[in-house]
Amino acid sequence: MKPALSAADFLVFLPQTVLIVMGMVVVLFDLYGRGRGTRNLALLSLLSLAVAAYAQVAVAGDGLRGFGDTVTSDLYATAFNLVFIVVTALTVLLSFRYLDYQGLERGEYYALLLFACAGMMIMAAALDLLMIFIGLEILSISSYILCGIVQRDLRSNESALKYFLLGAFATGFLLYGIAMLYGATGSLLLRDIRTALTKEAVYTNPYIWMGLGLLLVGFGFKIALVPFHMWTPDVYEGAPTPITAFLSTGPKAAGFAALARILVEGLSAAQAEWSQVLWLLAVLTMTVGNVIAIQQDNLKRMLAYSSIAHAGYILAALVVGGRDGLGAVLFYSLAYALMNSGAFAILILASARGRERVVFSDYAGFGYVEPVIALAMFVFMLSLAGIPLTAGFTGKFQIFKAAIDQGYIWLAVIGVLNSVVSLYYYLRIVVVMYMQPATPGSLTQPAPPSIPLYAAIGVSALGVLALGIFPSWTLELALRSVSLLAAR
Amino acid sequence: MTFLGLPLLSLIVFLPLVGVVLLFLVDRRSAELAKWIALGTSGVTFLVSLALLWGFDPQAAGFQFVEQVAWIPAWGAEYHLGLDGITLFLVLLTTLLTWVAVLGTWHAVDRHVREFMITLLLLEVGMSGVFVALDVFLFYVFWEVMLFPMYFLIGVWGSERRLYAAIKFVVYTMTASVLMLVAILAVYYANYRATGRLTFDLLEWYKLGIGLPAQYWLFAAFALAFAVKVPMFPFHTWLPDAHVEAPTAGSVILAGVLLKMGTYGFIRFAMPLFPLAVQAALPYLIALSIVGIVYGALVCMVQPDMKKLVAYSSVSHLGFCMLGLFALNTQGVQGAVIQMLNHGISTGGLFLMVGMVYERRHTKAIAEFGGLVETMPKYAAVFLIVVLSSIGLPSLNGFVGEYLVLLGAFQVNPWYAIVPASAVILAAIYLLWMVQRVFFGPMTNPKNRGLSDLSLRELAVMAPLLLFIVWVGVYPKPFLSRSETSVNAFIRQVRGGMHVQADPAPKPLAARAAPEPVRVPLTAERQ
Repeated sequence: MKPALSAADFLVFLPQTVLIVMGMVVVLFDLYGRGRGTRNLALLSLLSLAVAAYAQVAVAGDGLRGFGDTVTSDLYATAFNLVFIVVTALTVLLSFRYLDYQGLERGEYYALLLFACAGMMIMAAALDLLMIFIGLEILSISSYILCGIVQRDLRSNESALKYFLLGAFATGFLLYGIAMLYGATGSLLLRDIRTALTKEAVYTNPYIWMGLGLLLVGFGFKIALVPFHMWTPDVYEGAPTPITAFLSTGPKAAGFAALARILVEGLSAAQAEWSQVLWLLAVLTMTVGNVIAIQQDNLKRMLAYSSIAHAGYILAALVVGGRDGLGAVLFYSLAYALMNSGAFAILILASARGRERVVFSDYAGFGYVEPVIALAMFVFMLSLAGIPLTAGFTGKFQIFKAAIDQGYIWLAVIGVLNSVVSLYYYLRIVVVMYMQPATPGSLTQPAPPSIPLYAAIGVSALGVLALGIFPSWTLELALRSVSLLAAR
Repeated sequence: MTFLGLPLLSLIVFLPLVGVVLLFLVDRRSAELAKWIALGTSGVTFLVSLALLWGFDPQAAGFQFVEQVAWIPAWGAEYHLGLDGITLFLVLLTTLLTWVAVLGTWHAVDRHVREFMITLLLLEVGMSGVFVALDVFLFYVFWEVMLFPMYFLIGVWGSERRLYAAIKFVVYTMTASVLMLVAILAVYYANYRATGRLTFDLLEWYKLGIGLPAQYWLFAAFALAFAVKVPMFPFHTWLPDAHVEAPTAGSVILAGVLLKMGTYGFIRFAMPLFPLAVQAALPYLIALSIVGIVYGALVCMVQPDMKKLVAYSSVSHLGFCMLGLFALNTQGVQGAVIQMLNHGISTGGLFLMVGMVYERRHTKAIAEFGGLVETMPKYAAVFLIVVLSSIGLPSLNGFVGEYLVLLGAFQVNPWYAIVPASAVILAAIYLLWMVQRVFFGPMTNPKNRGLSDLSLRELAVMAPLLLFIVWVGVYPKPFLSRSETSVNAFIRQVRGGMHVQADPAPKPLAARAAPEPVRVPLTAERQ
């Protein structure tokens, strides 16, 4: 009889456990602390994230598996999980003021964030299709509720409902895909799928094709690849701004982490086929994302559309594959998390109680009212556009470098041209901040200070510059983390 | 090698950052203090850069003041700086023109003066870095980063259509340079496959011989990025807008230094790395240069706006530079190098002078002026000297450059010199006609009556430029002798990579054959 669960299983799962338990603790504290504000709960969440990060690093090791080899704490999972923790921590920092200004004293907000983070961490740590699914669902359901948490706001409700309906639909696709693959290979474990999928099997067994296709559609929805991206602008615009920041960075990275594992580890036999399909999707996603973003005059919506384009760049890195390509997926996820969260943090800082400053013209003259913050915004915009000395450039350089090494010249050319297009709309906010006189709606005196927001902006800006000017250490860590997977 | 134990090049490149930090600490409202800090910093940077002259060895081939430190080992990118005879004067031009620009813009900018100076100093860092970077990745970083201070200079402190001009400038330049990025990566991996080393070291890349069809594409990508910058016809359309809309200091730096980066890029990267592609494209490149010379000159003749006229004259003058480069002989390339220096001084000077009259009358239209020599005789005199320098009057600097270029071009094909020589006449026409309409003739516009002549500050701004205009024109030896070794090394390098049979031998006028480019002593006495 199979041995029962041992300590090793729980050890591998420790970081996720910490977050789930602390999430429940936050709910309990909220229950007993009603009326005393959510500030302490936010601090507790940050503490939990720190503990989880420590736990993740402590249990990291390439050979460690648990729960019947369905979860691992290898370097790949560790690296991605640390990125998720950073994303969630930044989101928490963004939430302090937002919840205060919106009058949302709901402790379950933080609990849901912790659960969502745990879900992402399960996705990256999973070696089994169903485990990935479980992580995805924990993440998704927490996200649906978080989108709609501003109950009195119609747009928040709309966002939650749209996200839920489309997300459930996508989950259906995903489950069907998993079922097909299970039927074709007899196992849910990625390594078993790998051995079951010989070259002939790929070409003869229709279930594998259908499974792969459905899987890609399901993930395509979740990561918001074109043409499955239509839900993104409405959901991102209606959701509370910290959650928008969260959604545009965290779940996308988690989706890529899981997808990369599935494709490279499990479905490596079909690599020629899925890489071609994904090449097309990557080019479409980059281009469509950039083109629609040009027309936006709403900062929140622009950042939402641009997140589609960035998913396209990351997908290109996945297509290229190999150590450089997968390392780029990881690195870019981190870089994007920093620059995007930073931009959203500034958006929240500039907003007043009950009135969010989301339209471009609201930022006229911002460069002279808040010079340091505007400079940080400038740095984030440069990073998003991929200008040297920023994390965004390092990420894009790594992607295009990998592409050219593997012979994907056209992908690189399309990628760099898209970067120039994106520069045009990222510079628009810079133009408004520095080159246009103040309008009635814009900020005329410095925004009220907020330590958590300053911390978020500071960490993001410093991170973006550090990863841009001295990226070597982080790059090498990223490359090392993906080595095992890339060698498959 | 470092100089006196100091990393001189790093010092020159990053010294302006000290000024930037000081300016950040200064209160935003004290514009005077900001100006003095900027003036001081750029002045100190210029003086430090003069040390380069002291330590430079004109006889030594290769690069001097080299600094090489690992930067991003994961990619093989290094912090690698170095200077040779060609870049020596470009760096000095950069530091001098920045100081001149700061002094020249003393009263021209009254909004956000502190931010203006910060932007100018950051621009100086980028420009100096571009000229001395020997690691291709580092070069690319400086190349791209330098775009944004210029973008701000045009976009914040420019004229009415500044936003359009600024974004056009950035998007145009960046589109070309990202294609160059793809090419850089392609060469990077070609080098890796050939040598097994992941490196961006330019000196390593020089040793690489790239296969043929690939070379054409790679050269095209690099050449496009640099051709936009020079600007070569037909990629020049961003220039008039950027120059006209930029504030005076912006135009001075743009014309004086930024445009040289295009020509520098050809010398340092595009031509030595891809000699076979250069060989194949040579007739077209020469043709484009000549078209640029003539077209620029013709368009100048119909300009009603002084600044736009000077902007188009840049297209024409830099066409001369490119022609000299593509002649690939000592005279031609020496002419191109000295012409880069000259163009910076004279066109920078012209923009400064136009700026001075704009400060007084807030217009640049030629029709608004007339008979200015009556109220501003000193100004008229200085203006005329700079104009004559731009035309290429013998005994002034422009002549030295243009003559050498024409001499070099003539050796390749007489027509390559005959057509551009006609453009010299055109230059005289458009510039002297402008001078005649602005300064001489009756003073038809009463608003011109009370204009003040050159102030002491304005004279101080023009003094160094006038000094060089005359010095280089009368006694160019110190300049030419320092660049000669590097120029010849460049020619050897590019010609060495070409097919011998197709070597364009200079057509002999008489019966004697001259298969190799003749090394004519350029200086009267040689030791």
